[in-house]
Amino acid sequence: MKIAQDFRGSVIVAILAALFTLIAPSILEFFTIITLTQVIGLAILALSLALVWGYGGILCFGQTAFFGLGAYAYAVAATNIGGSTGAILIAILVAAAFAAILGYFVFYGRVSDVYLAVITLTVALILYSLIRRTSGPEYKIGNALLGGFNGTGAPPINSPGDGAAMLFPEHTFYVAMAALILVYLLCGWVVKTHFGRVCIAIRENETRAELLAYDTRLYKLGIFTLGAAIAGLGGVFFCVGVSRVTPDVFSLSQSALTIIWVIVGGRGTLIGPILATFALYYLTSALGAQQWLNTNLVLGVILIGFVLLVPKGVIPSITDWADGRRERRVSRSRERRMRVRRSRATAGTEAAE
Amino acid sequence: MKRGEVVVEARGLSMHFGGVRAVDQVDFSLWENELRCLIGPNGAGKSTFFKCLTGQLTPTMGDVVIRDVHVAGRESHEIAALGVGVKTQVPNVFDGLSAEENIWIAARRWHAAKRAKTLTAETIERLQLGDIRSDLVGALAHGQRQWVELGMVVAAEPWLVLLDEPAAGMTHEETARTAELIQEINQTAAMIVVEHDMQFIRMISRQVTLFHEGRILMEDTMDAISSDPRAREVYLGHRA
Repeated sequence: MKIAQDFRGSVIVAILAALFTLIAPSILEFFTIITLTQVIGLAILALSLALVWGYGGILCFGQTAFFGLGAYAYAVAATNIGGSTGAILIAILVAAAFAAILGYFVFYGRVSDVYLAVITLTVALILYSLIRRTSGPEYKIGNALLGGFNGTGAPPINSPGDGAAMLFPEHTFYVAMAALILVYLLCGWVVKTHFGRVCIAIRENETRAELLAYDTRLYKLGIFTLGAAIAGLGGVFFCVGVSRVTPDVFSLSQSALTIIWVIVGGRGTLIGPILATFALYYLTSALGAQQWLNTNLVLGVILIGFVLLVPKGVIPSITDWADGRRERRVSRSRERRMRVRRSRATAGTEAAE
Repeated sequence: MKRGEVVVEARGLSMHFGGVRAVDQVDFSLWENELRCLIGPNGAGKSTFFKCLTGQLTPTMGDVVIRDVHVAGRESHEIAALGVGVKTQVPNVFDGLSAEENIWIAARRWHAAKRAKTLTAETIERLQLGDIRSDLVGALAHGQRQWVELGMVVAAEPWLVLLDEPAAGMTHEETARTAELIQEINQTAAMIVVEHDMQFIRMISRQVTLFHEGRILMEDTMDAISSDPRAREVYLGHRA
């Protein structure tokens, strides 16, 4: 079956990523490792949208709403609990619960695709301006000051059960990378399950899925909530990378960037958006270091270029091209065999004559 | 003819779009194991009536009862969950999936993984889709797409099958094969078939319901209907 084909590929990717994780701290600079941890958070965000949009067909423009909620929930919970393990779980749950409630109204209200994109983006922007206004000392959850547009401190991750045993940045990087790999494998597994395949079927044709007695609203809500939980986890690593969370996690540019990563990497793949996140993040930092070209202008050109020239995204285009080559090779060799057989047959008849 | 029990019943069913009465006070009954064709000129209301049965439209008035369950206004998936298989007029298939995956999705709804797999294989065999099983449905020819959709209907093992123009756009041979298939499906399921192609209807049907201007004009055998002056008038547009 077409969907099932490449779980083995996912495992290979995961092994390669694990190898890279092990050697990265010895070949990369210390600050690169810290930045990488943050980018891993963004890559998990991209992965969540790859699942929800690429496989579930739900264009969630405001995936950052869940990402930011996860980041803030982690910061607040970790500050209050004094440990990170429970806080990470809380971050995932807060993001998932918020998505479940929002998704219930959107999917059971049969809101159409375009409005869904607008509504989710609006929700992210509402959270953005809401959290920016929390700068006074009265905006406090337990011991955690929300801090308005300055944001709030995000405590580092510690070993489970021991709040004082903070992880070194290298170790935080290991944890983040492990989380990315596990979530990647989880997504790869989910899209192969019955649930995942029904979600893909709904993306292809919702009416048909309904006529086959699937309650499409429930499936869409399910994948939407799962995606939000993953985005929430991404938020955690994004904020522990720099030990701080600011309202920018909800910003319009962050929402737009997430969409761009998925478009560039390719919808319908999981690895594409992850790689696109790393590549475009690297590009933006490289562009940020110079003066004569505006970074957003370049990103805009990339987006337009992809939409016009490579609408499927990088990874699907590469696989299509490889498939095409293989098919051509197969048909060529088949032709050659036919030709040989034909010439033999003619030779046979000539000999008989 | 032994009729058994009524499995589909519409009572005073009406569907209005603004001032247009697409379906107007229709009473209709389908018996167990029956194969009924709905015919009528364009705009007669047969497709609208069909959509009211499948839950794609909520009727303005009246009721539909499928085996003691009132289904008017229910969601499509709830009606399908009663064991009703539906093929729509415009082919509704999963274009980005292979033919096999399409049918598997239908079978897996009702069965555990193992049984779903064998049922998928059986359905592919039964509909002779072996050559195209791993092709993307979006790349198939029109007739093949129709059969994949029929395959999905069959794989769900329904006891009631509703088909809207199953032979539309098919070649002569394809139509004949579809007719055979429909008769085979009818061995285990009651059926309602909306169709335009009169020859096709002759191939499959005993009892025919003729729609005209949102109402049922007559219900009889195809022979009786084709020799009836009222029916001819409806199709040719003569006024009495």
